[in-house]
Amino acid sequence: MSKTIAATALSAVLALGIAGAAAHAETTINALFMSQAAYSEQNVRDMTADFMKDNPDIKVNVEFVPYEGLRDKTLLSQGAGAGYDVVLFDVIWPAEYAENKVLVDVTDRITADMKSAIMPGAWTTVDYKNHAYGMPWILDTKYLFYNTEMLKKAGIAAPPKTWDELLSQAKTIKDKGIVDYPIVWSWAQAEAVICDYTMLLASYGGSFLTDDGKPAFQSGGGVQALDYMVKSVEEGVTNPNSKEYVEEDVRRVFSSGQAAFALNWTYMYNSANTPGGETKIAGKVGVVPGPGVAGKLDASAVNGSMGLGITATSKHPDEAWKYILAMTSLKTQEKYAQLSLPIWSAWYDNPNVAKDQEPLIAAAKVGLAAMYPRPTTPKYQELSTAIQQAIQSALLKSAAPDAALKDAAAASGL
Amino acid sequence: MIENRWMSSRAWFLPLPLLFIMASIIGWPFLRTVWVSFTDARLLTAGAEWVGLSNYLNALGNPLVQSALIVTTKFVVYSVSIEFFAGVLAGLLLDQEFRGRTVLRALMILPWALPTVVNATMWRLIYQPDFGALNAMLSQLGMIDSYRSWLGDPQSALWAVCLADAWKNFPLVALICLAALQSVPGELKAAATIDGAGFWKKFRAVYLPFLAGPLTVAVVLRAIEAFKVFDIIWVMTRGGPANSTKSLSIAVYQEAFSFQRAGSGASIALIVALISAVFTTIYVTAMRRQAEVR
Amino acid sequence: MSRRRQRILRSWLVYGAAILLTILILAPVIWMGLMSVSSTNDLTTVPLRWIPAEWDFSRYVKLVTIAENSTGAAFTASLRNSLVVASLGAALALAVGIPAAWSVSRMPRRFSWMLHVSVATYMLPPVALVVPMYFALSAFGALNSVFSLALIYLSILAPFTAWLLKSNFDNVPFEIEQAAMMDGANLWQIMRNVTLPLAAPGLTTAGLFAFLLAWDEFFYALLFTSDQRAKTVTVAIADLAGGRIADYGLIAAAGIIAALPPVIIGFGLQKALISGLTSGGVKG
Repeated sequence: MSKTIAATALSAVLALGIAGAAAHAETTINALFMSQAAYSEQNVRDMTADFMKDNPDIKVNVEFVPYEGLRDKTLLSQGAGAGYDVVLFDVIWPAEYAENKVLVDVTDRITADMKSAIMPGAWTTVDYKNHAYGMPWILDTKYLFYNTEMLKKAGIAAPPKTWDELLSQAKTIKDKGIVDYPIVWSWAQAEAVICDYTMLLASYGGSFLTDDGKPAFQSGGGVQALDYMVKSVEEGVTNPNSKEYVEEDVRRVFSSGQAAFALNWTYMYNSANTPGGETKIAGKVGVVPGPGVAGKLDASAVNGSMGLGITATSKHPDEAWKYILAMTSLKTQEKYAQLSLPIWSAWYDNPNVAKDQEPLIAAAKVGLAAMYPRPTTPKYQELSTAIQQAIQSALLKSAAPDAALKDAAAASGL
Repeated sequence: MIENRWMSSRAWFLPLPLLFIMASIIGWPFLRTVWVSFTDARLLTAGAEWVGLSNYLNALGNPLVQSALIVTTKFVVYSVSIEFFAGVLAGLLLDQEFRGRTVLRALMILPWALPTVVNATMWRLIYQPDFGALNAMLSQLGMIDSYRSWLGDPQSALWAVCLADAWKNFPLVALICLAALQSVPGELKAAATIDGAGFWKKFRAVYLPFLAGPLTVAVVLRAIEAFKVFDIIWVMTRGGPANSTKSLSIAVYQEAFSFQRAGSGASIALIVALISAVFTTIYVTAMRRQAEVR
Repeated sequence: MSRRRQRILRSWLVYGAAILLTILILAPVIWMGLMSVSSTNDLTTVPLRWIPAEWDFSRYVKLVTIAENSTGAAFTASLRNSLVVASLGAALALAVGIPAAWSVSRMPRRFSWMLHVSVATYMLPPVALVVPMYFALSAFGALNSVFSLALIYLSILAPFTAWLLKSNFDNVPFEIEQAAMMDGANLWQIMRNVTLPLAAPGLTTAGLFAFLLAWDEFFYALLFTSDQRAKTVTVAIADLAGGRIADYGLIAAAGIIAALPPVIIGFGLQKALISGLTSGGVKG
């Protein structure tokens, strides 16, 4: 009987193995993407299909992991044999990837034409010590989204320009009983909370690190930023579930009409505002740049851009580069500009493409220019983890904001 | 003793494949882990310096490791005790005569057979704060007046994870309990019923002697399993909120893989192994004692 | 209270408890089933809509439709990988477990230490082995391969299977084998003609338990696989649940598909599980 089972198992294995090997092309490359924010999984699959149609000799397998797994997967796959050829990377990782030789230095592959046609802010995404480790792909920052219908109902004429106005408008909306918790944020213990925190920190004139790379967020603007977050929860205007949310949860709550304000990436504009799909507030979505602080900063934004790079273990760097160029090309980005805006300056001034998206593009012009960076350090992950924990303990009231941030500074390994 | 001579000459090599496998994929990695734990080895950069005990000292002094130890201990105690009580109650129930008993017994297999990751995902959806079934049910029944964030609140997150874990694992305890109850001679049960002995008295006098051994084994096995917990927490909370569900295994993952400090991660892993060894010793002793009773 | 009333009360109690237990076990699973066929709109309505307005089976279709570079292709690839890893792992575990378990069963005095070592390995958390395993797989270029994963799984499956098989061989009388030895049969003949046929049901059970254990594994698969070529279904589901989780129904549908093989095997093993539990030979 065990023989029958073994035989069945074996033949199943063989049959499946053959089925898997049926489709083959000259070169196969593997690419790693994330399934969170910006381009949807379907967008990436379609772009890849377009590329393969144009390049029948190259087959691209795409793989999707949650953002939280993106960095770990990239690093772990550096062990021989596992390799991806192309990986998506966040603006905060080039330092670590370059130090650990995860990505190939592609400075020489970038032409002067490319250099000048792509927005300067985008180039910072792939840069470490004046070397480029890939091509910028997603040029993104967080915006303040609002539900125009709710604001109108509350008698609010214009969306907030400062963080304090945001709180007071939210309070008005809450008091009028329009929605229980007017603001929703992505404050889970994840990188998402650092992005929101960065915008607040920048607005209050704080900084993450001193010039010589020591922690600086535990005083001044860094503490005020966290104070603000705690206050918004205490006043009951922030959805208390925010502390277990990442971007997708924010989008879902906002799109289902359960929040008046939300901080999120570009992709939420069209996914919440375009009828069809899961949104219940189509046509009622407003977008403005992140608020600032009177007398300190007019508008805030965080650099949340991402790039595509070639891994050092790739055996097909040329094919990988070809794929990256196609994915980041103006042609591709124009076609899929619904959820992520192009890196090419020319696109923003083309009146045809900008229609339907005017409010977003208006906000983008301010936001993209104001992008504040998260710190550049090979030990970014430890620093970020420490700050995430500090923010959570402050939000959960297990520590005072300044004390929590002091602990984080001590635990950051810097 | 022909078979002894026969076995020695012709069957001596039979255990070798298993020994070879265990030596190469358990023994060797374990010894390597011990070695790595005394070095500052990193995951991706080659080369490692001997650093003596400093990884261990750092680990023991690290508040994150301490909190992970507390979290893990709580996880073991909470989930194993829920599994124990729910399991024994269900086992006693399944030992009764009633219609549909066979069906219910078979149903107990369902949670047990569900993959851990699927179970974790299922409960994560149920606990979801805005659209999850638990909030919807409790509020429609009028038991809560506003939606709760079950996995977002450190007060409830660990309990929520423990309950999800217990749901999957209590059937095993129940079936072990049932199996033990079925070995109680029928006359003994009948005698106790006719005596009109109260439930508790009957339980202690008639059932407990039969249950004690198997249940000890079950509890210790579950405790060892629970102490290694990784998947259910990884899927449900990833250790959050504010580290309130970060177990030792998750801490090791973070240290060795996310932060790439292989040496330091190995030292935490070995601390986990050491504690687990204590449980195992208890288990083996219990098993021996049970064998002697038989 | 009269005897009769006491008996009625008792039967009410028993039935009440039985119904409660049934609900407790079934409700979460039924809800997962309902989610998998509800529209996203129904699932994100407050107050929640328990019974879907219309049955929507599109998630199942999406998950099993194989087109190049599609969600369905990725998911079915992960199912295939799980099937390969679990079958291969179970087969290898039987291959090394059978001879060892038989020796322990027949010569307990000489080999029972092996059983104790097997039990002892059970205490080792995977985190205590994983770093050197990673280094080794990386050095051999063997990451992201179903074959290496099956081999790694042997560290869990082999001791467990050997342990199960030993109690199984204990139930096969040694006398029959001894008689064959006297008749001059060689080891291979004894195994093939006497021992294995007699132990067959137990071998199947052990193999299936090993399969279940491998199907459930997550930690090693998370670390040692990176894409469709080796990623198992548990990792695929964790990725789905952790990523763009807009579609709860899709996650639920994936969970149900991934749970089907082990649940079917589990029901098939029901008898063996209970008898195994009586002899104390099965772990969770």
